[in-house]
Amino acid sequence: MLRLILTRIFLGCLTLFAVTILIFAATEILPGDVASAILGQGATPETLAAFRIELGLDRSAYVRYFEWLSNALQGDLGVALTNKREVLATITPRLINTLFLAGYAAAIAVPIAIFFGIVTAINEGKWIDRAANIVTLGAISVPEFFIAYILIFVFATKLGWFPSLSTVYSDMGFWQKLHVVALPSITLTMLVTAHMLRMTRASVLAIMSQPYIEMAFLKGLPRNRVILHHALPNAAAPIISVVALNLAYLIVGVVVIEVVFVYPGVGQYMVDGVSKRDLPVIQACALIFGGTFVLLNTVADILSIMVNPLLRHSR
Amino acid sequence: MTNNNSFRNPTLSAKIGMVILSIFIFCAIFAPIIAPFGEAESVGKTWLGPSSKFWLGTDNIGRDMLSRVIFGARMTLGVAAICTCLSFLIGVTMGLLAAVAGKIFDQVLSRFVDLMLSIPILVFALMILSMFGSSLPTLIITIGILDSFRVFRLARAIAVDVVVKEFVEVARLRGEGYWWIMRHEVLPNSLPPMIAELGLRFCFNFLFVASLSFLGIGIQPPFADWGGMVRESGRAISFGIAAPLWPALAIGLTTISVNMIVDWILSINARPSGASAEM
Repeated sequence: MLRLILTRIFLGCLTLFAVTILIFAATEILPGDVASAILGQGATPETLAAFRIELGLDRSAYVRYFEWLSNALQGDLGVALTNKREVLATITPRLINTLFLAGYAAAIAVPIAIFFGIVTAINEGKWIDRAANIVTLGAISVPEFFIAYILIFVFATKLGWFPSLSTVYSDMGFWQKLHVVALPSITLTMLVTAHMLRMTRASVLAIMSQPYIEMAFLKGLPRNRVILHHALPNAAAPIISVVALNLAYLIVGVVVIEVVFVYPGVGQYMVDGVSKRDLPVIQACALIFGGTFVLLNTVADILSIMVNPLLRHSR
Repeated sequence: MTNNNSFRNPTLSAKIGMVILSIFIFCAIFAPIIAPFGEAESVGKTWLGPSSKFWLGTDNIGRDMLSRVIFGARMTLGVAAICTCLSFLIGVTMGLLAAVAGKIFDQVLSRFVDLMLSIPILVFALMILSMFGSSLPTLIITIGILDSFRVFRLARAIAVDVVVKEFVEVARLRGEGYWWIMRHEVLPNSLPPMIAELGLRFCFNFLFVASLSFLGIGIQPPFADWGGMVRESGRAISFGIAAPLWPALAIGLTTISVNMIVDWILSINARPSGASAEM
């Protein structure tokens, strides 16, 4: 088991390394001439030449890549092109904000999704299952911003319970922060819960069709006991990977939600960077999102190795 | 039950889905005829509420919302459909090739796709579009290629099961080339499960284009598109103006109706006599 886990960690590091190459290639090699890609077609040859030197484009690509990578590893993410501020100094408080929002949403979504996922699987075909199916399908099918704007319309504009913009400051109290961030986190919760609930339900149902479950029923055990003692321990591994997969989904969903609510997080920073073609900002944000994605996937794999009853006793 | 599951008799929800989708497609094709006003024409005061002249009110620069929603169907549905076709063209070709052309090719391609899928697709698209600019061709090619990685996985998984069948073996022994085997043996036998996937990928690309336009790097003005319209009128919702809800509702209705049709197609495929119960 230890060997499996170590292999997985090694693979995760390898993927992370490949992701850095991919980010660098997509932003600095693919566009051909980065300087004219950023400055646009109106730039004069003199400004282009000066900008190339500022970006260090006179050196070869792999030298720049390793310099960028080693700087990033030491915490130096470069300087934003537009306002000349350190990217790291700007991104750190924003990252904390994003993690706060994502953690807030996850804290509500995970228990609800797992509980109702199991309940709907047990009551397959009954009214609660059908109702959950319709609600979750609806939540998955509509775009994030539709849910967000409906929530704003009802709870911020009509009822006035929550603010429609989620502006947070560093000196804000914890409870006040919870109140201000309520709407974006409810939006995220709805999206993630819907995905997670459906996948949890599917993985519990997959376990319920196994021969040993049928055997337990044939022995005459009551339904609750079969589910709690026979099905759930084996459903734990798939449920854990479902949770991790959806947390990974959360970090992508956060981009659109942050823009809707003008929430000062990494997602909004990236969209800002994209609209201003601010290369170091885009690279840094992509690195954070890509890294989190790889990290969560790796953690999911490791956890499901650890809880798998078949792998628990090492030979 | 078996009667309900034939192509002649769609389920009720599939019928509803088809009706809604047909209305949107009709709007997309005949937009200039149906729409009461022009696509980029300021016709009244800004932020008017719904009235008999402007059924859905007007937007931030006084354009008629209803006309914009009708014209928006063109861009939004059209771009998503082209992206999906492109992604299937690339994904299915490479997927079948990976299944037919031997282990090394398959391994190289599969590991490459694994790598490309290790960055969230939205972040990837943001990166590419920021450097290349979001002109319409760039947008379509970017989404098409990014989406083709997922199509590749499914196409390969299905084709790998087909490739080991006897009739493929016979074709190989006859000396047919990869391309011939792909087109005449593997493709027809992989199609049924792929059709449902086509609908799901369309939904995904459709939502993706809408999200990108909403973020301001998708379809660019002056073209009307539903995601961009939500972006333009979004802030007004704080003042109790429902304008951004209409295009957002159109997006939601489209994906829900495609999903309902896909559910029905899947239930046909799951028939005992059907070609495949894959997925």
